[in-house]
Amino acid sequence: MSERVGVFICHCGRNIATTVNVEKLVQETAKHSNVVHSEDYKYMCSEIGQKMVKDAIKSKKLTSVVVAACSPSLHEQTFRKACESAGLNQFKCEMANIREQCSWVHDDQEKATAKASKIIKSTIDKVRDNAPLNPIMVGVKKKCLVIGAGIAGIQAALDLANAGIPVTLVEKSPTIGGRMAQLSETFPTLDCAQCILTPKMAEAAHHPNIQLLTLSEVISINGYVGNFHAKIRAKPSYVDAKACNLCEDCLEVCPVFTLNEFDKELSLRRAIYIPFPQAVPSSYTIDDSTCLGLNPLVCGKCVEVCEAKAIYPDMPERIIEDDFGAIIVATGYEAYPKEKIGEYGYGLLEDVVDSLQFERILSSTGPTGGEIRRPSDGKPVEKIAFIQCAGSRDKNYLDYCSKVCCMYTAKHAILFKHRVPQGEAYVFYIDVRTPGKGYEEFYQRAQTEHGVVYIKGKPNKVYLNRKGKPVVAAVDLLTDRKIELEADMIVLATGMVPTLGKELVGELKIPLDENGFVQEVHPKLRPVECTSEGIFVCGAIHGPKDISESVAQASATASKAMAILSKDMISHEPIVAEVTEDLCVGCGLCTTACPYGAINIEENKAKITEVLCTGCGACVSTCPSGAMKVKNFADKTFYEMISEATAVSP
Amino acid sequence: MNEQYEPKIVAFLCKWCASAGADLAGVSRLKYPPNVVPMRVLCSSRIDPQFIMDAFEKGADGVLIGGCHTPNDCHYITGNFKAYKRHLMLQKMLEEAGIESERLRLEWISATEGRKLAQVATEFVEEIQKLGPLKR
Repeated sequence: MSERVGVFICHCGRNIATTVNVEKLVQETAKHSNVVHSEDYKYMCSEIGQKMVKDAIKSKKLTSVVVAACSPSLHEQTFRKACESAGLNQFKCEMANIREQCSWVHDDQEKATAKASKIIKSTIDKVRDNAPLNPIMVGVKKKCLVIGAGIAGIQAALDLANAGIPVTLVEKSPTIGGRMAQLSETFPTLDCAQCILTPKMAEAAHHPNIQLLTLSEVISINGYVGNFHAKIRAKPSYVDAKACNLCEDCLEVCPVFTLNEFDKELSLRRAIYIPFPQAVPSSYTIDDSTCLGLNPLVCGKCVEVCEAKAIYPDMPERIIEDDFGAIIVATGYEAYPKEKIGEYGYGLLEDVVDSLQFERILSSTGPTGGEIRRPSDGKPVEKIAFIQCAGSRDKNYLDYCSKVCCMYTAKHAILFKHRVPQGEAYVFYIDVRTPGKGYEEFYQRAQTEHGVVYIKGKPNKVYLNRKGKPVVAAVDLLTDRKIELEADMIVLATGMVPTLGKELVGELKIPLDENGFVQEVHPKLRPVECTSEGIFVCGAIHGPKDISESVAQASATASKAMAILSKDMISHEPIVAEVTEDLCVGCGLCTTACPYGAINIEENKAKITEVLCTGCGACVSTCPSGAMKVKNFADKTFYEMISEATAVSP
Repeated sequence: MNEQYEPKIVAFLCKWCASAGADLAGVSRLKYPPNVVPMRVLCSSRIDPQFIMDAFEKGADGVLIGGCHTPNDCHYITGNFKAYKRHLMLQKMLEEAGIESERLRLEWISATEGRKLAQVATEFVEEIQKLGPLKR
């Protein structure tokens, strides 16, 4: 039976129809061989448009459908489902992208129409050659890997674990909790961060469905949705977390002092330490980059005094391998380093701190026990200045807005006035952005109830005066006056930068945007899905966001992961390689070309393991005897498509 | 002969990076000349050298291959390296066949580089215009 192709051309409102002559395309494509039906409609993806496709399949007995509209990444599934419901195999439906790759990027109507015609005709040639295929069903490993255990990772892990799904939660640092554990209080409710976070940390640590791996990093990921295989390197903590009773005896004898990264270098810690009292796992850990005693001949004092016998200097590194059905990426952010901002002192002025350092100063477990004192001499702070957008919305540093800085600066100013009611607080801003529930009210309160002074203007310089106090130099843009403001302490509201290592990105095969944040499939409709199926993203690694948004997004990833993990079988794309055995000479070149080990030579012929094959086609273009083929992507099809693409326009 | 010669260019774009980058160019409304006709392939490693020769034979004046950035971006792990090696070989083959090797261009374009795609397409069309039609 010869092919009967139906062509459906979408106007996409005015998006396609303005630059492309749709009527002309309908007439032209109707003349193409095998086309028995060609029509256009304003919105093909709408219910009515889909019905037009379904009706034509039935009335014209179509064997193939081409929808010329937007990118297949947007609506291929929509139209394939519509075709299936009308009894046409989904792989007999293809989309011709005449919006993103044609009408939106060209102005000349005649040329754009000619190009659209070529795109549609080559798609007709492709769909004619397509074979009806059925999905390959594969089992699902009912376990989820969550990378990063800040608030986003913890929330995602808890949601999944509470739904009965086993989770492996991997964290690089010695404790879970992430950046939120470092915060003092949170806007706009002024809940203490620890009070709302630590119960969740404890729940994650004791949940029977959560395997917690701290000091651990994912080193390799293979496989595909439903069946990922991950290798995780767990560095030793040198302390048995179960045996350690937090007695502090080891602390007193440890001779090594080093800067405490949890307090953002504002305090010192020993080589054996616990990041903060509520850390999870609740145990001391040895920092092997500074400890002397991993060689017992040099030190080993802590081992001697530990009555619980919890310290093992010869604890080995472990490599853990496991299979997962889905992966959630929640590796979070770091504060933009103030050392990079030249006009604000390159981080060399002691009393110029960044926002995370100020969080530690405000925290009751911080270096000053919650009292606001100057880092340089420990004197109380009477007058404080905050610089918003420090290194943000600035071509020299970060181009983007980090979204949370306006709100946390308002919070910082309010908390300062709580602690120092007679003190003066000044905020320098370019714009104040407070979109969020209760956010604008909170910012207004800073000014009306707490008397925080807001000055519009981006400071051009921060320097030390003769008294050794930092001075902010700026222009007040509302009064056009020059300002030099001396303060006891200056807080730089630095932005968020993503923390996802290059190696891990390579293993995950997910694209990053120009600022290094993880790119989602679609910003509005698929905001937590990565382009690699089965991998989801939440929290600040996706883009700057606050705690409430991170938590909401984390729950979204958990529900997306559950949709995969709750199934016994999922379908694997049947676009896979196949061998024409008569042509295969068993040379084995394809086995070396295949990146997935999906081809083996058995009895002198190539054999394909379909569930491992992803249809990339590396084997096809390597095969010297033309025995390899990827289903629905045959060489013959490509030659036909090339003919259309290079044809002389009528 | 027209005063402005319009070259024919075939662009093989991999689904995961370059074609997604072309989609982004569209979403961002970045203009480039309509001479470039895109063809979506799953992976740049699928592009058989024969496809390139076939395109030139059938009247293309230039062929663009868009793949994922090396070393780590390729959705199929090493497909981009295979395309890279083939590109080196093809350039030699083309020169031997009397076709300027500049008529075949390989570019790494990620899903977030709509700007780069538009720029490469524009530049490539200008370059081919300078070279003139392929003499057959």
